[in-house]
Amino acid sequence: MPTREIDLPYRVEYLSILDQNGQVDKSLEPQLSDEMLLKLYRAMLLGRRFDERMLILQRQGKIGTFAPVKGQEAQVGAAAALNPEDWVVPSFRETPVEIWLGKPMELILLYYSGYNEGGNIPEGLNLLPISVPVGSQMLHAVGLGYAMKYRGQNSVVATFFGDGATSQGDFHEAMNYASVYQTPVIFVCQNNHWAISLPRNQQTRSRTLAQKALAYDMPGLQVDGNDVLAVYKAAKDAAERARRGEGPTLIEMVTYRLSMHTTADDPKKYRTQEEVAEWEKRDPLTRFEKYLRDKQILDDQKVQSAAEEVKNEIGSAERRWSEVVENGVNPLAMFDHAYAELSPTLLDQKKMLKRELEEKRASAEKPAVARD
Amino acid sequence: MPKMNMVEAINMALRQEMEKDDRVILMGEDIGKDGGVFRVTDGLLDKFGPQRVMDTPLAESAIAGISIGMAVYGLRPVCEMQFSGFSYFAFHQMEAHAARMRQRSQGRYTVPMVLRAPYGGGVRALEHHSESREIYWAHTPGLKMIIPSTPRTARALLISAIRDPDPVIFYEPKALYRAFREEVPEEEETLPVGKSRIALEGSDITLISYGASLRPTLEAASELNEKDGIKCEVVDLLSISPLDDQLFVESVKKTGRAVVVHEAHRTYGAGAEIVARIVEKALLYLEAPIRRETGFDIVIPFYQREQDYLPGVLRIKNAVRETLAF
Repeated sequence: MPTREIDLPYRVEYLSILDQNGQVDKSLEPQLSDEMLLKLYRAMLLGRRFDERMLILQRQGKIGTFAPVKGQEAQVGAAAALNPEDWVVPSFRETPVEIWLGKPMELILLYYSGYNEGGNIPEGLNLLPISVPVGSQMLHAVGLGYAMKYRGQNSVVATFFGDGATSQGDFHEAMNYASVYQTPVIFVCQNNHWAISLPRNQQTRSRTLAQKALAYDMPGLQVDGNDVLAVYKAAKDAAERARRGEGPTLIEMVTYRLSMHTTADDPKKYRTQEEVAEWEKRDPLTRFEKYLRDKQILDDQKVQSAAEEVKNEIGSAERRWSEVVENGVNPLAMFDHAYAELSPTLLDQKKMLKRELEEKRASAEKPAVARD
Repeated sequence: MPKMNMVEAINMALRQEMEKDDRVILMGEDIGKDGGVFRVTDGLLDKFGPQRVMDTPLAESAIAGISIGMAVYGLRPVCEMQFSGFSYFAFHQMEAHAARMRQRSQGRYTVPMVLRAPYGGGVRALEHHSESREIYWAHTPGLKMIIPSTPRTARALLISAIRDPDPVIFYEPKALYRAFREEVPEEEETLPVGKSRIALEGSDITLISYGASLRPTLEAASELNEKDGIKCEVVDLLSISPLDDQLFVESVKKTGRAVVVHEAHRTYGAGAEIVARIVEKALLYLEAPIRRETGFDIVIPFYQREQDYLPGVLRIKNAVRETLAF
C-alpha cells in the first residue's frame, strides 16, 4: 500500500508589528489609547532603569544574586493584555511584568536582599512568587486554569518561562495537560537565546520553540519579542481564545538577553560582543520611543519628565526598602509560615533558637575586656 | 456499625468529603472509569463526574504540579500516585513548591492538598511496587506525612488530611487494603493529623510501629503475652511527620524498654528519629538499648523473598525477648 500523507492542520506564524527602526505595520497596529501607550513606555523604561539600579546595588553587596532583564522589557506587553482578575505565574526574569501588575519594588528589593518578608504578595494581586527551578511553574498555571474553569470564571492565566525551560519534562507535561483539559493558559516563552551559556540552537533541534505546541494540538506562534505591540497583540488574542473556551496557546517571544544570566555569571566567557551589539540594535525601548515620538505622544520634554519620574519612583522604593532593613531582622521569624500551626517539635526548636539569640545578644552587650 | 475493609473505608471518606465540600477534586491515573487499580476510588466518577474525578494522562509530576495550582486557587485536590514507588516523579514538585509555597509567600498562598499512594510490600508485586520510603517526605519541611494502620484509622485520618491547611502525604498500606474488615461508623469521624495512639496497653516494653507493620507487631505482642506473660504496650504512630514523641516517650518512661518496627530500611528510617527522641527525652528511664526491627538496607527483593525481608512476628518477638534479657 502506498504511504499516505496525514493531513495535519498546523502552521507557525511570525508576528511583527513594530520593527527595529520604529516603523509600524498599520494594518496590524493595535488600537491602544495614548494613555496605555505611555503606560507601556514608562513600564519598559522603569524596567530598564530598575534593572540597572539593582545591578549597582548587587555590585555594592547590598542585594544578592538576581537575574537582569535588560533587553526583555517588551514582556510588559503580555501583562498589559490581561484583566485584573487574571493570574500570572512567572519564572525569575519577569520583574517588569511584576511591577506592571502592582508588585512594589521595595518587596522585590527585600526578596533579593535575603528577607523572607520580600516573598509576600499583596492581597488582590493575582501573581505567584518567582519560581527558581526552571520549567516547574507552568504546571501550577495549568492547575490554576483548571480551577478557574471549574469555578466558571472567565479569567485566564499567563505563565512565563525561557528557552531553556522548554527542554524540561515539566514543560511538556504542562503543555500536554493544558491541551487535554483545554485550560485557559497562555504559555509565554521568552526565548532570549541563552540558557546561561547554552545557546538556543544547542538547546533543541526544533527550528522554532513555537512549533512544540503543535505536538499537543495547541496553537503556537512566534513574535518579535522586542516589539511590545506584537507581544501585546499575541497575548490579547491568546487571552480572548482562552476566554472563549478555545483553550491554551503558546507564544514564543524572540528576544535577547542583553546582560548576564545572573549577576554571578560572565557572558564574555561563552559569547561574542559582536552578537550582543547586533541585538542592541533591536532594543525594545529605542524603537518604541521612536514610534511614540512619530505619533507625537512623546517629545523631548515628555521623555525627560518620564526619566525623572522613573528615577524618583525607584528612589522612593529604595528608601522604603532601606527603612525595613534598618529596622533589623528578627531571626525568630524564620519559623513563621512553615505551617499553618507549628508542631510541638517546631515550637521546641524555636525555643532553642530564642535561647541562643539571647546568649548572642548578651555577649554582644558585654564591654570589651581591656588588654595591656 | 457497618464493617468494611480499608479500601471501602477510604472510598467512604472520599465520597463523604466530596459530598460535603465541592472544593475536593480527585485526580490520578485510572482513578475514574477503572475506579483505581485497587478500586479505592470505585464509583466516584459516576457520582461526581469527570470534572471532579479526573483520569489523568500518565505524568506524575504533572499530577502533583497541577494539584498545587488548584490548591493555590482555593480548591482541595486529592491526587493519587498509583504506587508510592512512582511518586518520585512528583517529588520535585512537592518539595520545591508544595512544601515551600506558604513560607515563600509569607502565608499569602497555601497548598491544602493531599497526595495519596499505596505503599509497602507483602502483596507479591513487581519491582518498584513495594516501596516504603516515607522518610523522603518526612524529611521535607513544609509537608506532613501520615500512615493509617486500619480501615477505621484510614477513614478518620484521610478526612483530617483533606481538611488540613497544609500539604499532606497519605500512604496507604496496600498489604492491608483487603486484609481484614472492622467496624467503621457511617457518621463522620476524624483523627487529628500529628497524633499517635496506643493500640494496646502494657507495662513491660513499648513497641512502636505503624502502617502494615502494626499487624505483626500486635500479633507478636499477643503471642508474647500468651507464651511468656510479657505485657507489651503497642504504639501506632499514625503520623510520621509531625512526630508525636510525647506519646511514645511517656510510654517508654513507663516501661523502660522499646522496640521500633517498620518495613522501611533501617538506616535513616523513621526508627532512627524515634530512637533519637527517646534518648533525648528519656535516657535515664532506659533499661536496655532500643532495638529497630526493620527492612534491610537493600532494595526490597522480588516477592519470593519478601516475607523474609519484612519484619515479621519472629523478628519482633526475638527483639522483645532479647531486650528484656539485657
